[in-house]
This record gives sequence, structure tokens and C-alpha cells, in this order.
Amino acid sequence: MARHVILQFRPEKSRLRESLARLRAHLEALRPQAPEVVVLPETALTGYFLQGGVRELALTRFELLELLSQVHKELAWEGLLDVVVGFYERDEGAYYNSAAYLELPHRIVHVHRKVFLPTYGVFDEERYLARGRRVEAFNTRFGRAAILICEDFWHSITGAIAALDGAEVIYVPAASPARGFQGERPENVERWRTLARAVAAEHGLYVVLASLVGFEAGKGMSGGSLVVGPEGRLLAEAPLFEEAALLFTLDRERIPPVRYDSPLLSDLEAALPLLLPDLERVLAKEVP
Amino acid sequence: MRILEAPKPGETLELNWALVADFLTRFLREELAWRGYDKAIVAVSGGVDSATTLALAVRALGPEGVHALFLPHRQSSPLSREHAHLVAGSFGVRLEEVDITPMVEGYAAQTPDLTPHRKGNLMARARMMVLFDKAEAYRALPLGTGNKTERLFGYYTWHGDDSPPLNPLGDLYKTQVWGLARYLGVPEVVVRKVPTADLIPGQTDEEDLGVRYLRADVILEHYLKGYSDAYLLALGYTEEEIRRVKERVNRTHWKRALPTAALLSSTAIGEFYLRPLDYRP
Repeated sequence: MARHVILQFRPEKSRLRESLARLRAHLEALRPQAPEVVVLPETALTGYFLQGGVRELALTRFELLELLSQVHKELAWEGLLDVVVGFYERDEGAYYNSAAYLELPHRIVHVHRKVFLPTYGVFDEERYLARGRRVEAFNTRFGRAAILICEDFWHSITGAIAALDGAEVIYVPAASPARGFQGERPENVERWRTLARAVAAEHGLYVVLASLVGFEAGKGMSGGSLVVGPEGRLLAEAPLFEEAALLFTLDRERIPPVRYDSPLLSDLEAALPLLLPDLERVLAKEVP
Repeated sequence: MRILEAPKPGETLELNWALVADFLTRFLREELAWRGYDKAIVAVSGGVDSATTLALAVRALGPEGVHALFLPHRQSSPLSREHAHLVAGSFGVRLEEVDITPMVEGYAAQTPDLTPHRKGNLMARARMMVLFDKAEAYRALPLGTGNKTERLFGYYTWHGDDSPPLNPLGDLYKTQVWGLARYLGVPEVVVRKVPTADLIPGQTDEEDLGVRYLRADVILEHYLKGYSDAYLLALGYTEEEIRRVKERVNRTHWKRALPTAALLSSTAIGEFYLRPLDYRP
């Protein structure tokens, strides 16, 4: 059992210090709720659309840890605090759209680098960023987890790899500009809800989506963060377009009975080796 | 056994107006806030676009946070004044009137060959000058009122009515503005009136454009989404309508862009040196 909060956050655009001050104020407000894991959106401390400004605002993972440890210290937070946070990462000469799982105040548990960089329409990530190459689960003090960033999660294969690697929860920091206003919710928000439920139900795990809010030069980040349980049920959902803190307790004990009753993950584990030759074939573009 | 056929897929212009209104209200508040403004100023013409913009601004900032200007020329239709007052009154905003006739006629008197078209552009640019000056006086940010249809057609005066820094309606077609206007309570007489730039007596948008908005917007939406002409012809649109719409879009890409600067370096602004407009580290 781990007490989580999804912090649906609005950064101070391109202003790291101001965003950290805002984060500190929100954590102070949440202190009575005693969260153990705080999940923040993609690019939470700078905003998403920076273009060439990435070069000026990216942090190394060690700088990120130092900045957030400082927040932990200033708050005089009692004990450890785990944080999942999206940030622009600098590593030697390369820049990534990354998300870290930190155990504050001292430990970098894992850093995931976004693999699928959207470069179409309003998105232009590959122009400014290098591509991550790994999807892997990792151990936290509360169990095994994986991180997928935004479009990473829109491809079913990444969730499958995370699940096969033992993830009980997939954290998904996202930044999704609202578009398609025909229905009850924007189309992109509907798509997130459908995907999150499908991936959670297929693999019998939790999906925790933390979605950015705030306008960035006309693009309105949609929010609508959510948590889906291993049965594929939507457990809680944050409002659209505005900051919110969504509290929930993640109960790993639900996972074994759900997977026992619906053993799709073990079916995948058994059948995937049979399909690998076909995967290799289609990737090689061979005609059967 | 029941035999069923899926309906023909297509695009709809009908939106969830409550959701759109909420989104655009937040857009105005947030985009004003980071620029350091809590007030907006709107030039109200008596037409549906500026009425809808005013309605959104009042939702976002309250009537006390919105200045409304009416900027007639002596040639403007008397109906424009009547409707501008009706709109401002409907949303509880005082309407300030500035007559642009002396500005426009001062130049016209020195320019005997001034055509009605050039004079229309002059009026639009005179309005822009007054709007920005009043904005400075009131510490209010000017809001644009242009819709997506006229932006795609280039049906406006460059650096005139397209110049305000924030434009809540810029991604809504004219027919969608009508839908949003009704949701926001814009007086029906304003929503239903024949659209006109009112720059030349007797002028109407649809005569200028040579196609009805209701038809142009459907063609535009399908064209922008990559549907073929054959698809549009099958929907009942004529070759002439399709040609006219595509031609207007493709003749005016320059008008939707900033002025062209010659590129000489690898730090050319907006070409190599790329920063979003809200970047302010």
C-alpha cells in the first residue's frame, strides 16, 4: 500500500526557480495528506514547448536531484518522499525528454528517456531532442514500476514490455494539448482514458497518468490526469485544464487475484516467443 | 438477420460549446496573466465575431475588466452602431465611441485617386491605431476578433484587424462562431445578420468571397484534413466552389505569416534561432 498523489501541475513557463517555488507551496498544502509518492507531469518544471530553449533549461539528473532535495529540505519533510517528475535532461552533449523516479532526499532510483518523440503537427520533439532507447521496469521501495512518457504510452508494445519486466504500476507523465472539441471531453483526453483502461486491463497493473495543465502560447494542456486499477477500472480522475491534486492508495495486493482471474499477461509471456520470428520478419520488410 | 450499414464518415463542425467556452475563457485569463495584464480591450463592430469575443472577455475578466470601443466612419452602416450598442449593453460593458472619419478623410483629402478598396484598408488600419492607443491608455491588451475562415481566406487587412496579440476565435470557422455566439447569448439579431466587413457601402462577405460560409467551412475542413476533391463533389459541393476555396487559401499563405526577412546567418530569427513567444527564463 502506498499513498500516492498525482499533482496535475501548471509550471511557470521556462522559469525553473519559480516552478520549484510553486511545487514547494503545493507540497506544503499536501503535507497533512501524507503522500508517499508524488507523480508530476512531463516537463513539469519548465513547460513543454521550449523549442531551442531546451539547451538553456535542461538539467542533468544530478542537478534535478539536488534541486528537489533542496525543496524536501526547505519543507523539513519528515522521512522519505518519492517523486516521479518529467524534465528536460542534459547528458554530455545530448538532450532528452526524461522522467526520473527519485527517492528524496538522496536517491535517483531510475531515469526513463522518452523513446517515441512526436514530430508532427504541433509537436517537434525530434528536432530538439535525442531519442531514448530503453523501456525497463525498476524496483522502488513500494514495488516494481515503469515510466513511459506521453507518446511512449500510445504504443501498446511499450506497456507490454513494462508488464513483462514485472511492472505493477506504469507512471505516465504527459503533456497533451487539448484538441477536438466535438464531444463531452477533448478527443485527446478521450484517447488517454481509453488507452489507460486498455493497458491496465490487458496486463493487470495500475496506470497512473499525470497530465500537465496551463496554456503555452495558445496551446492549452488538457489535464484530466487519472488512475486506473488492474481490472481496467477508472479509479479517479482530475478535472480538465486546471491544477489539482488527486490522492489515492495504490494497493499492489489487488494485482495477483486480478491476474489469476484474467491471465492475459502470462498468456503473452507464453506466446510472445512464438511471435518473435514474425516480428523480425515484418521489421525486415520481407514478403512472406 | 439484420443488415446494417455504417453511416458515411465525415467531419462535423458542431462542437461542445460549453467546453469550448470554458477553454477559451481560461485561454484569455492565462494568456493575459503571464503578459502582465488583467484587462482586455475589444473593438466592437456590431458583427458576430467581435460580439462573441466581447462575450468571452466578459466571462474571463468580468465587465469591469473589459473595455469596448466602437470605431465608426461616416460611411459605416447605421445598423452597425445600433448593434454595437446592443452587444455592449447585453454584456454590461460601456461602449466608448471614437469617430475615425477625420483620420481617414484627412488622408483621403490628400489622395484623389483613393479607391474604395484602399479606403477600406485605411479604415481597418485607422481602427488598429486607435485600438492600440486606447489599449496603452487603459493598460488593457487588445483582443483580435478574426475567425478561421477569414484567416484562411486572407479576408482581412494585413496588419490591420489581424494585429492584436491574442485571438480567441482564430481556430473557429465562421459557422462555429455562430454556434458559440448563440451559446454565449449574443443577441440573435447580431448572429443572424448578413456578415459584412462594412468597409464599403453595401458590401457583404459572401459576395466578396463568392461562396457561402456554410458551404466554404465544410470544404475548408475537409480540404485541411486531406480529403479529395472527389469526396467533396460526392458530398454535393461544386467544382467551382472547391476551386475558389482552395485558391483563396493558397494565394494567401504569406498573409498568415510575419514579414519575410532575408536569411544570412545560422542564427536567423525564427529560422535557426527558435524560441516560443512565451519563453521568458
